[in-house]
Formats: sequence, structure tokens, C-alpha cells
Amino acid sequence: MISVTGVSHELGGSTVLHDIELEIPKGKVTALIGPNGAGKSTLLSLIARLARHRTGRIMVDELEVGVCASNTLARRLAILPQSSEIAPRLTIEELVAFGRYPHHLGRPGKHDREKIAEALALFDLDPLAQRTLDTVSGGQRQRALLAMIFAQDTDYMLLDEPLNNLDIAASRSLMALLQRLAREHGRTVVIVLHDINYACAYADHIVTMKGGRIGPQGDATTLVDGRLMHEIFATDAAVHRIGGRTFVGV
Amino acid sequence: MRKIVLGVVALLALSVVSLFIGVIDLRPAALLQDPAALQLIAVSRAPRLFAVLITGASLAVAGTVLQMLVRNRFVEPMTVGSGEGAALGILLVTLFAPAASLFAKIAMASATAFASTAGFLLIARRLPPTQPYMVALVGLVYGGVIGAAVTFVAYQNDLLQMIGVWVTGEFSGVLRGRYETLWLAAIAAVLCFVAADQFSILGLGHAASINLGLNYRQVMLFGLLAVSLVSALTVVSVGIIPFVGLIVPNIVSRMMGDNLRRTLPVIAMMGAGLVLVADIVARVLRYPFEMPSATVLGVVGAAVFIWLLYRPARHAP
Amino acid sequence: MHRRRLIVLAVLFVASAVAYMTVGARGNWGFVLEFRGAKLAALCLVAVALSTSTVLFQTITQNRILTPSIMGFDELFVLIVAMGVFVFGMTDYLVVTSWVQFVVSLVLMTGASLLLFGTLLLQERPDLMRMILTGLVLTVLFRSLRTLLVRMLDPNEFSVVQVSSYARFHQIETGLLAIAAATIGAALVGAWVMRHRLDVLSLGRQAAINLGEDVRRGTLQVLFLIGVLVSVATALVGPTAFLGLLVVSIAHVVTPTGRHAVLLVSAALISGTTLVGGQAVLERVFGLVTPLTVVIDLAGGALFLVLVMRGLRR
Repeated sequence: MISVTGVSHELGGSTVLHDIELEIPKGKVTALIGPNGAGKSTLLSLIARLARHRTGRIMVDELEVGVCASNTLARRLAILPQSSEIAPRLTIEELVAFGRYPHHLGRPGKHDREKIAEALALFDLDPLAQRTLDTVSGGQRQRALLAMIFAQDTDYMLLDEPLNNLDIAASRSLMALLQRLAREHGRTVVIVLHDINYACAYADHIVTMKGGRIGPQGDATTLVDGRLMHEIFATDAAVHRIGGRTFVGV
Repeated sequence: MRKIVLGVVALLALSVVSLFIGVIDLRPAALLQDPAALQLIAVSRAPRLFAVLITGASLAVAGTVLQMLVRNRFVEPMTVGSGEGAALGILLVTLFAPAASLFAKIAMASATAFASTAGFLLIARRLPPTQPYMVALVGLVYGGVIGAAVTFVAYQNDLLQMIGVWVTGEFSGVLRGRYETLWLAAIAAVLCFVAADQFSILGLGHAASINLGLNYRQVMLFGLLAVSLVSALTVVSVGIIPFVGLIVPNIVSRMMGDNLRRTLPVIAMMGAGLVLVADIVARVLRYPFEMPSATVLGVVGAAVFIWLLYRPARHAP
Repeated sequence: MHRRRLIVLAVLFVASAVAYMTVGARGNWGFVLEFRGAKLAALCLVAVALSTSTVLFQTITQNRILTPSIMGFDELFVLIVAMGVFVFGMTDYLVVTSWVQFVVSLVLMTGASLLLFGTLLLQERPDLMRMILTGLVLTVLFRSLRTLLVRMLDPNEFSVVQVSSYARFHQIETGLLAIAAATIGAALVGAWVMRHRLDVLSLGRQAAINLGEDVRRGTLQVLFLIGVLVSVATALVGPTAFLGLLVVSIAHVVTPTGRHAVLLVSAALISGTTLVGGQAVLERVFGLVTPLTVVIDLAGGALFLVLVMRGLRR
């Protein structure tokens, strides 16, 4: 379980997170939704120690973020930031191989190589393995980054808008994969999503955020309704329930 | 307005101070009695003062004009190859026509300064306007490459020392009869003032200039000529004086904006004042020996430049 | 990976070293070998120090344009040496002669570079272009300060200041060879031990943190190594301007890889070949008086422009 207690955060003099209290359940896909500037990405980067939190406490199971060794956390939790500027001359295979670094610190073994091969296969990257990152499309690059996170083989995966650059087929199969990772392997996935329909369709749990605070949260199948859309996103989108599933009209 | 009056007064006061600093002891009272004192002023001290003032003022103006041509705040003639271009011209004349007159040297230096500045403009035009630092950076390296070429040729022909003396900016060599061509730089600066409005408009960009009926190419060419001429004349007469053309326009633009009709006189005055102060410091720092003024300006100018780079951004550069 | 290319590079390096030792040698072989051997050793030390420090710096800044020389590291060292003279009244202010002076300058240099460049690199959002510009201006600042200091000490010295601005590959301070070799050796071991961490650091801050690297600590450690390497190289031959950029850019072309185990070796071999071979050709074949570094400045500066312009189009 990830638990955040009493975390506030400032960026450039203005408070972007106000005294956050949040528990993210283990073994589930949790979607983080909210309007632009709600603080979703900031919260994610604090949990993943990309930025240092100055107040409050963040725990990933028994590990306290900011206190435990960075390498220890890297074997427990992985993050895919929203925009990753990564050296363009790496081949995709080299990039994915870096996912194993926290485990072997530069001396990969047989198990590491298997994991890399598995990740490449899973994300359909085998034909691209020897291409460098600056020669592939945005979607392929995104898949390579996801494969790297997958190869890292952590209990917790934090993904900041991973559907950017992915077409509908790739988006659906990624979400289905994340769902499977949670259900079958007990992995915990926290994912920032812009498209609420994806959140409703694939997440188990939804947490809303607005103005640097946590809003209503709950079961993905029932949480989203017209009132929530109005309250969180300040828009009057119609919400339909069809066959037990939720759809937001656009 | 009061500030400007104050500035003029300060500049005059500094000028008077400058006249009485030097290896030969000279007191104001002596001027009334001693004809040798007047002679000293006329032959050495006054020419030096004029050279300092003209150099400072015209370089600051040339810097402003260049910044308008390139539409970038972080360039100046001495960092984008104009100065090095002029040095290349001097070198070529020395190699192939050592007996050539001073005017031939200036003509050649101006021509090479023009060519290298134009070369930079061609490169700068291909750089994205969204990357202001990149233009300056490319300019510095471009100037460095021309400088390395000069050094290479000079080394091969055992002229390094000579080029070094030519290029290091200092005013100790200024005497009556050996600096007067600098007045041409002053004239160029005045002409720039006459065309101030055109340059202001040029700074708005190609489309805006055309829209306002400006003869874009003509103004561009005139600006380029003025910048090259000022660079060449100062390099030939006193050497490379760094940073004046960079920091003065920046500071004035921060205080008074970018309407050159209003700001150019202030820019000229501040440029003159800055070089004058540097020259005075260079003379008293290790009295009776002199440091090169360019070195003093190198220290002060670099420090101010770094401050300009990292000051809290009020508006985009 | 790239094994064959590394072997070719090694052969080229050995060939240039042999050429340097033998071409144009006349008279007593024992003397020639000893005399040239010391210079060759110094050239090799400088070469590997430069290539390694450049690779390291490009790794922690994640770009292929910056080098320690461009950022003003070597001018800083020369300034520190000059300041040492100013403060402690040491005798010769242009070259490092005694090992005490060497050690003092080295310590000051690593401290200063950690402080200055640490602050610069560990900013919240570093802007690459602004950083390079800062470096170039710092170079001017350090050089002007040094000129000022030297001329304060000895107002009549002029030519010496001029000449000391260029690297002296033909007249090397061989008296410092032993201590220089030991220091560079230690720094190289440090870099080699870090090679896997360097691979990770070169991915960028966020990715490196995700993989469990402490970016801040890593950056400072690398800066320390760079400070040491640049100090020793500069103490031996003086500022080297664009040499590092040139050889590391070639290394990226010859052995395109993100793996430092390969990159460090390949850059070192290319650097050695360029310096030793270039010096051999320049000195012995063409009999040029121009320091190699001026030639390298020309080529390196032009290359830099090309790199910047090409980087734009990506």
C-alpha cells in the first residue's frame, strides 16, 4: 500500500499540493483524474522521489520515501514520467535493458536477460529492438519506455499519462495489460489519465484531484456521475451507464 | 531628464580626471604657467581622452545596431566575429603589403570585418528565434574560429606578437596624429543616430519592417556597414575592446526601453563613460604601469554579462 | 560490441606512438628514446585525461556539445595557479613546477569546480544554451582576471601571457610526470568503477532516479573527477580549448553507444592518436611552429558550429 500523509508542496512560491492524505490500495489499478493543474503529476513525482517532499510522510509498504535507499525503492517502485528526455542514440533493446539496472547494478545475469526478452516481446518491440530511439515514432518510443518500466519488475508502477502518443489499439492493449498485471500478478498500478472513459473502463479504483486537494474517490464503476463531472471538472458532460459500464459523453 | 544631465556632468568630471592621470605628473595649476604641460595635453592626454570616448560611444552604438539587425540581445561586434574579422584584415595587409598606408589598413580591416559580420548574420538567420542564447553562442564560437585562423597564420609567419599588440585593447599608444581616423567611427555613430527610427523598426522583424514600408535590405546593409566600420576602426586604432557593445545596450534597454531615437544618445554616453572608467582604473591599478583597458573591461563586462543572464526575468530576452 | 573497432583504434594509436618516437630521430638512440619517451608519456596522460573528462561532463549534462574546456574549467585552473602566485608569492606563475604547488592548486581547483559548476548543474531547470554561454563568458572572465593578476605582478610581461593562453604540447612539464600519472590513474580508476552508474546517469535525471541512482551525489562525484583530470592536464600543457570536443565527437561516430565501458576506451584511444599523431606530423613532418592546439581550435570550433546547427534540425 502507498500511503501519503500530510504532504504539502510548493512550486515557484505557490502551493500546488495542500496537506494530501491518501491511501492507494495494493494489487489494484488506481486511476488519478482531475483537471489540468490539479497536482496529479506533482503528487506522482513526490511518491517516486523525482522531487523531494518537505512536509508530511510518504510510505511505500514499509519503505519511507526519502529515507530508504534510492536503489531499494527502485526495486519496489517504478515511474514513467510524462515527458522523458532520453538519450536518442540508445537502441530500444539497450533502453529496455536499463530497467534491470536496479537489480544487477551493471552486471546482468541470465534472469535479467530473460526479463528483457519478455518485456520486448510483450510490447511488440522485437522487430524494433536494434533501432535507435531517434528513428522510431512517438508511439513506439512510448512503448519502449513502458517496456523498460515493465522490465524493472516492481510491485508498484506509477504512470503519468502513458496513453500520450498511443493510438486506440495500443491504448487498449496497454490498459488491458495493466489490468492483467494487477489481477494476476498482484501488482499495484497508479495511472494518471486524461480520458475518463479509460479510467472507468479499466481502473479498479478512481481518485479525483482538484486544485491541489484530493476529491471524492471510490470504486471505478460507480464513482463517476454527472455531479462529479460538474464538481471536479466544472463541465456538464452527460454520464451514461450502459450494460453496467460508465461512459462520459463528450 | 535630470538623470541625463547628471550623466553628462559625471562624464565631464571623469574626462577632466582622466586628463590629469599619467606617468608624467601634471597638475591643473601647471596648465596656466607651463607651456610643456599644454603640450602634453595636446599631444597625449587629450587625444587619449577623445579616443576613449569615441571608442566607448561608437562601440555601444554599434552593439545596439547589431542587436537590432540580429534581433538578439546577447550579441556585440566583438563577440560575433567583427573584431576578429578586422584583425584578419590587418594581418593580411601586414603580410602582403607591409608598406601600405594606414588608410589601406583600415579599408582592408573594414572589408574583412564586413565579410565576417555578414557571414554571422547569414548563420544567425538560420537559427530559431526562440533560442536567444544559441545565437550568442554560435557568434562566440564563430568569432573564435576566425580568431584561431588569425592566430594560425600569425604563428606561421612569426607575427603573433605584432597581432597581439594590435588586438589587445589599450589606449596607451594613442598620440596626436595616430588616432584621428577614429573620428570616422564617431561619424558612423552619428549616422546611426540619424537612422535610429529605421533600426528600431528593423528590430521588430522582417514582416513588420515591410509592413511599415521600410527598405529592409537597404537599412540592413547600412547597419552592417556601420557596425563593420566601427569595429574595424576601433580594432585598428586601439584594439579589441570587449563587452561595451553588449552590456551598455542591455542596461539602457532595461531602463528606458527600445526606442532608439530616445535611447541612442544615452547608450553612447554610457558606453563612453564605461570605457573611460575602465581606462582610468587600468591606469591607476598598478601605477605607474598600465594594464590593458580591455582586460579591465573583460573582468567587469563578463561579471555584468553573467548577471544579465541570470537576473530574474522580468520579460523574455 | 565494437570490439573490432576498438582494436583498430588501438593499432592506430600504437602506430602514431611509434611514429612519434622514431620519425626524424638522429644520433644517440638512448637519449632520443628517453627524451621523447617522457614527452610521449605526458601526451598520453593529457590525452586520456581530456577525453575522459569530456565524456564524463557530457554524461552529467546529457548533451554532446558541452565540454569542460568550453565551460571554463582549464582557464579556472590557470587562474588558480596565478592566484597562488599572487597570494603565496610562488616563483613562476605560468607553469606549475613543484609538487607542493601542484597539490595546492589541485585541491583548490576541485573545490572551486565543485562549488561553481555544482551550483550551475544542479539548478532546478538548467537551460542548456544559457549554460554554454555562461561557460564561454566564464572563460573570458577567468582569462581576463589571470591576465590582470599577472600584469599586476609583473607589468612588463606581455608575451608570456599571450603564449600561455595556448596549450604547449611541444614543451611539456615533464618534471611532474610521476605525480601526474598517479593522480590521473586514480581518477581513471574512479571513472571506470562508475562506468555502469554513468550509463544510468546519462539517461537523464528522472530516468536515473527511477532506476535508483542518486543523481545529486553522482553529479558531484563526477564533477570531482573532472576537476582532478582537468587540473592535471592543464598543469602539464595548459588550456586545450576544443580538443576534448573534437575527439569525443569522433568517438561517438566511430563507436556509437551509450555504454561507457566502450566509450571511455574509444575516446581515450582517439584522443591519444590525435594528440600524439598530430604532434608527430606537425613537429616532425611539416616542421610547423604553430602549436597543435591552434590547429585543433580551428577544426574543433568549426565542428562545434556544425554540431549546433545540426542539432537544430533534429
